[in-house]
Amino acid sequence: MVVCLYIAKTSSQVGKIMSCFSSSWDGTLSPNDFSVAARVFTERWERNNSSSPSWFWVNSPKGPPFLASSQHVDGYLSLENMCVLVSAEDNNEEVSCTVEEEAGFSEIEGAADSATLVQSNHHEAHYYDFHIVYSASYRVPVLYFRAYCSDGRPLLLNEIEKDLPACSSKVLLETKWTFITQEEHPFLNRPWYKLHPCGTREWMKLLCLGDEVAAKNGLAIELYLVSWFSVVGQVVGLKTPLEMVKKSV
Amino acid sequence: MMEAQKYVWEGAIPLQIHLHESEITSLPPPSPALILAPRIGYLPLLLPLIKPYFSSTLPPGQDTIWFDYKGLPLKWYIPTGVLFDLLCAQPERPWNLTVHFRGYPSNLLIPCEGEESVKWSFINSLKEADYIINGNCKNVMHMSQSDQVELWRSVMDGNLEKYMRASSKLKLGTVTTDEADMVGQVKAGKIPVRLYVWSVNEDFEDLEDAPEVDNWDQISYINRPLEIHKEGKHFTLHDALKNLLPEVFEGKSLINDEPCIEEGEDAQKVSSEDVGSSTGAEEGKEIFNQPVESCCNDAEIKLVRIQGIEPKMEIPFSWVVNSLKNPEHFLHICVCVKVPNVNAA
Repeated sequence: MVVCLYIAKTSSQVGKIMSCFSSSWDGTLSPNDFSVAARVFTERWERNNSSSPSWFWVNSPKGPPFLASSQHVDGYLSLENMCVLVSAEDNNEEVSCTVEEEAGFSEIEGAADSATLVQSNHHEAHYYDFHIVYSASYRVPVLYFRAYCSDGRPLLLNEIEKDLPACSSKVLLETKWTFITQEEHPFLNRPWYKLHPCGTREWMKLLCLGDEVAAKNGLAIELYLVSWFSVVGQVVGLKTPLEMVKKSV
Repeated sequence: MMEAQKYVWEGAIPLQIHLHESEITSLPPPSPALILAPRIGYLPLLLPLIKPYFSSTLPPGQDTIWFDYKGLPLKWYIPTGVLFDLLCAQPERPWNLTVHFRGYPSNLLIPCEGEESVKWSFINSLKEADYIINGNCKNVMHMSQSDQVELWRSVMDGNLEKYMRASSKLKLGTVTTDEADMVGQVKAGKIPVRLYVWSVNEDFEDLEDAPEVDNWDQISYINRPLEIHKEGKHFTLHDALKNLLPEVFEGKSLINDEPCIEEGEDAQKVSSEDVGSSTGAEEGKEIFNQPVESCCNDAEIKLVRIQGIEPKMEIPFSWVVNSLKNPEHFLHICVCVKVPNVNAA
């Protein structure tokens, strides 16, 4: 609960700009809506964050065909190779840098880029992969992430903590087990870090109170992931440009 | 129902635990440890019982306990009984596991910092169940510290009475109205279910001949609540599975030509007979003819196992949930599905 309130507070500004849902709405998203919102989110991200890696929709890996509709949502959103430069002297200072990346060449190019990024002795490059996965239990999106050094070694939570914005590390200290924990990635079967979703419904509802007109136009659902990420992204230090939340494009 | 729940809580898997050879530094090597592991428990909680058997032979270093079965690292956050049901198609008693105290496979398994990790994994699951049932996690979040400790203790100790007392405050209730259990009436709502689907390519007649799970990728884990939209309908386990695995059950009818799969002598006390009879007695036996889903074209259900039993498909789902769910309010269902080899076609 502490976490949810914290998030709601930091996002109050966004909340004022983004008021898009009717009051009867419970703050959740259906599996179908998730796919719709994911498309809008990737498009807007692409348009407004040209310097950042893009979000891609990843279809759920293999899996027997008879489970197709059991999974409800057949994939997730992914943004990989986000590079964070960490100052070796002062761990609080961090700079998001751009990884120039062209679709299809990310593997090769990414590796080449990392070589140039770690030139400096004072900065260490950390790489973050983010996935947005739909939770059928909570009916909301959930952020999963993992981080590693330029040599591929995965970062431990206490190292990630140093990369996080100060307020997040504080919450992490206070609520070790209910804020960010390692859990199994629902599609990849491997341990990833996960931002707990139990309060998402409530703060999304608060965030989007009012404006029934927009809700009727279906705009609300379309922008769900944009507004959700404007909050959740902050927790991990990813900013959402204001242009992204504007109703009309 | 209470009786079946008691069986589940008392259920235990006899384990024969071997220390991994790379961690044996003494001669002669230590004998394996024989331990009864509660079905509803979690493997790392056995540490205090296992450690004394092996402590004198371990190499220097810090302990991070983990287990494997025939080389497959076991996920500690899955209840022990579910692991057994899932990975031992033909129940092996005692179940031969290998324990490791070093070299934790952190690329495969979520880290475990002992009891605290297990407890929070349990509480987070409980929260998820609360959310599914009530639409928020307030009941669990607002639990007092002492209630939380008591609830966790009751699970650790396998004390059902204490558990009932502690969990009644959570208002997670049962899925039906009081005595409606017998007729399978259900209220519209959501039921927390964790479904493990193990896909096999080759067919087998006997469970003894079932292939081994040697990679977690062979198991699809479906964490999706079961939604019941219509109230009052007679809702069976068959209906539930059809809802969860629509493709497998599509256009298929029940047939009775499969032999009924029996559990062996039961160290776990839970047998199909024990559990099945408490609802079935008055309705006559024929209802329990085992119908196994069969299919003409693709996937075929080979096995449905919950808490060590293969329940009949006509059992009211409400009974299955209320009697066989785990203490974190999730019903864990293990299903083995035979998928024809696509290359063969």
